[in-house]
Amino acid sequence: MSKKIDKWLESNTFHHGEFWDILKLVEEKEKKGLKISLCIPTLNEEKTIGKEIVIFKSELMERYPLIDEFAVIDSGSEDKTLEVASSFGADTYLAADILPEVGDKRGKGENLWKAIYQLKGDIIVYVDADIKNIHPRFVTGIVAPLINNDTIKYCKAFYDRPMAYSTGIRSSGGGRVTEILIRPLFSLFFPELTSLIQPLSGEFAVRRDVLERIPFPIGYGVETAHILDVYQEWGLEAFAQCDLDQRIHRNQSTNALGKMSFGILQTFLNRLKSYGMVDKLPELATFYRQFQAEGNRYEQLTREIVEYERPPMVTIPAYQEKFGIEE
Amino acid sequence: MAKDLKSILESIHTHRESLHSVRELLLANALMIGEIPSPTGGEADRITFLSNRYTEDGLQNISIDQAGNGMAILPGKKGKKNILVCAHADTVFNKKVDHAMSVTADGIMGPGIGDNSLGLAAIVTLPEILRRLNINFDDNLILLGCTDSLGRGDLGGIRFFLKNNKLPIRAGISVEGIQLGRLSYAAVGMLRAEITVNVPSGYDWARFGASGAVAILTKVVQRITEIPIPMQPPTQMIFGSINGGTSFSTRPTSANLRFEIRSEKTGMVDELKEKIVDIVEEIGNSSETEITFSSVAERQPGGLEFGHPLVKSMRKILDTLDVKPRVEPSVGELSQLIETGIPSVTLGLTRGHNKNEFNESIDIRPIFGGLAQLIALLQSIDGGFCDE
Repeated sequence: MSKKIDKWLESNTFHHGEFWDILKLVEEKEKKGLKISLCIPTLNEEKTIGKEIVIFKSELMERYPLIDEFAVIDSGSEDKTLEVASSFGADTYLAADILPEVGDKRGKGENLWKAIYQLKGDIIVYVDADIKNIHPRFVTGIVAPLINNDTIKYCKAFYDRPMAYSTGIRSSGGGRVTEILIRPLFSLFFPELTSLIQPLSGEFAVRRDVLERIPFPIGYGVETAHILDVYQEWGLEAFAQCDLDQRIHRNQSTNALGKMSFGILQTFLNRLKSYGMVDKLPELATFYRQFQAEGNRYEQLTREIVEYERPPMVTIPAYQEKFGIEE
Repeated sequence: MAKDLKSILESIHTHRESLHSVRELLLANALMIGEIPSPTGGEADRITFLSNRYTEDGLQNISIDQAGNGMAILPGKKGKKNILVCAHADTVFNKKVDHAMSVTADGIMGPGIGDNSLGLAAIVTLPEILRRLNINFDDNLILLGCTDSLGRGDLGGIRFFLKNNKLPIRAGISVEGIQLGRLSYAAVGMLRAEITVNVPSGYDWARFGASGAVAILTKVVQRITEIPIPMQPPTQMIFGSINGGTSFSTRPTSANLRFEIRSEKTGMVDELKEKIVDIVEEIGNSSETEITFSSVAERQPGGLEFGHPLVKSMRKILDTLDVKPRVEPSVGELSQLIETGIPSVTLGLTRGHNKNEFNESIDIRPIFGGLAQLIALLQSIDGGFCDE
């Protein structure tokens, strides 16, 4: 297991710096006849959406034609998100107006799902709208592995979140929900998926032939469901991940993360049910898998955590004798 | 090359409209430049960005000189003469300041966006702008991002460039992000200085009249403000910052004042400097403290005449754009260009607000007029309509 994970980390984990030459990516894209679409799902993002559109449009459409089309798909913002986006020439859509015959559900997953219908690309790149330090790497880093390697179907972004460290080695991991909920669940049930450093990141690029074949929870569970379903169907080899360095965004309250965790847990348990794993739980793993990074090299840290249980004290003969308890 | 100034002026409105097509390219450059911290003396990352852009645009002679300036040449059809287009790359903000920019439909907000991320962005976007407008010059354009411009930097970058430059420069344009309508064609006499009060360790706090460094420095400021200053030619005294002390009740042992004197009258700055040095010595002696005066930067006044063809062209261009010229002398790059004998002006590209504050902002809409102004001025110089 660890060998497979290490091999995958070596071959399918990238750093955005490897793809600095956007012109080369454009040439490769054109050689393969690929069309690439960018989707930015929004809900009240007036403060950050303008910058994203200006930078993506300038750098990835006008300067280097990497992106063939991009759209803002909105869940019904009450601020000026759509006004700002359209003022810089973005195509804007209300999720409710796309495929109206299937109805309207409110949630980010709904926007991502409807983007498959609205956009024409062979690869769809999803980038959240709340990124304060937006840069072309947020697209190039995750789309490049799919352009360069036909076997990769789904590429996730991850971000360096360095904690205090005094040597060359530092801990690396996801956000709070990833570390507290997702990583323990994956360690127990799908150990190979612990290779994904930030499975919940909102930036990912996927091939259309994958997107059109997987269901989309509309709420918090969409990223988790994607990962589980793609893994079940195509295995670990279909994934890649790319380090995009820092991502600055607004921090969520613990309360909000609680709601998010509840939604993710629902999705996760539903998946266990549909995979027939609830009645036939696999032998529970005792290895917990985290990461450490040295420079741009990542490796898994496995720790054996065995939750040994003591029996009720009343069953211990010495206790029975001391307190005069008879069987 | 344009045939006459009239045809250049007539094309300004068309250019202003056409320039909307480069909006995202220009704004993206301004945003990315603005998000690279660039305090005076720490501009290397910004200059590298400039240099990469020059490379992407296929410019020539791309180089980063010993002073850290980033230069490139957009070759002209004939290339016999050179026009310098420069913008300072440093800001008043230190590296720890959050440099994230935010964009609305009408403007951009963030530290240094107007002074001078937009100016630099105009320089790096200029080759693409000219390509799209199908404008070619006979002269070479030297595009220069200057380092060490502000405060203690004392125009170190442009000084170095002008001292070591071998190319004959026909005229210079210093580009500032804000304000549109700015027309600087003269350098103002300037003194930028610091006064520091230090209370010696053996100071007798019990003696009559003893006071801390802040009170003594206040006395110095009061005496300076009593110096008569002429209204004409305009002379200004700016008290920029004052620092001293640590708490409510601890006697401060040091205090510092930073100030600037500007005057269009020859010799006035030297005259005021002499009076201030006298005040400093007098209060230092009477208070038994150490008061030091140190000059950080000085400029001599000088410049073009109001009727110089370069200035005249600029006025006509602004008039065509319906922008009222705001004539103000400069203490920036322009003063060095003029001192070197290069006919030059400083212009602004758009309206801005809260300059050098954390919430500095620029308006997007006027930028296109600002760029049309820059292009028209370049055409005028290239066409020989700005030569004396």
